[in-house]
Amino acid sequence: MQNTLVRESENDRILEGERELIAEILAGNHERYYELIAPIERRVYYTAYAILRTEADAEEVSQEAILKAFRGLRTFRGESKFSSWLLSIVGNEARMRLRRRREVSLELLKSPDNEGEYTPIELAEWREIPVEALAQKELAARLEEALAALPEIYREVLILRDIDELNIAETSAALEITVPAVKTRLLRARLMVRDYFVSRSWARHTGLRKAQP
Amino acid sequence: MGQAHWIKKGTAMITLSCEEVRREISNYLDDDMSPRMRRLLEVHLEQCRKCAVLLDSTHNVLVLLADEHRFELPAGFSLRMRHMLAKEFEKAKS
Repeated sequence: MQNTLVRESENDRILEGERELIAEILAGNHERYYELIAPIERRVYYTAYAILRTEADAEEVSQEAILKAFRGLRTFRGESKFSSWLLSIVGNEARMRLRRRREVSLELLKSPDNEGEYTPIELAEWREIPVEALAQKELAARLEEALAALPEIYREVLILRDIDELNIAETSAALEITVPAVKTRLLRARLMVRDYFVSRSWARHTGLRKAQP
Repeated sequence: MGQAHWIKKGTAMITLSCEEVRREISNYLDDDMSPRMRRLLEVHLEQCRKCAVLLDSTHNVLVLLADEHRFELPAGFSLRMRHMLAKEFEKAKS
């Protein structure tokens, strides 16, 4: 309870600070827009990257979104954080570009529309995953493969939450899905990435395949 | 499962099924649940090796994944962004 109150007043303080900064920018002190952007440019970039998966496109879309937010700053209502607003612009721009980039693609076909129950692989021990046996480079490759194997809707949410460390509300804004949908997808994404990682690691180390009873 | 059942000492306990635990694993990792749910889950985890391993392994994979992707912004990103904005500010002035 105490913590919630602290967090709320902290939040109010941030919103207040942002409102003042935005008022100044709108009054013509444009250079201060950098201050508004600086703390979130990394999150902006990686939101775009989570969706587009190429550096060049992610950077272009980040710039477009940051520019769009500047031009539309007058329309920002200030009810939510500026970061959530900007992230939703970035998410939108990135998705638009993605749609343009591919009319029909295998990715789309792979994305399941079914977001129901998911049953993870059963392990007797975490140690069954031969992490220590994997060289650093190989570990990185296995993780990358696991991430790439995820259907897009799960990969996006996983990157935003667990790599970019956006919070649930920011992720929901960036992907334009509801908070419960973020949570449902995240659960599925986390279990799936674990399973992909586990099964791929086994495949390479057949000696360490599922423990014999 | 998931309904009340009585354990020896006569205290009413709600237990969670493995399925219910699985559904909450992600929320548990995010510390996004009521203290009551958290307690129930932890009681289950203490007694169910399968679910404990599921939680550990999922957590470990996510930690590995985050470690592997200590993303840095592309070199010069901020500079290029400032450049682009500087041009825009010029336009906005005129």
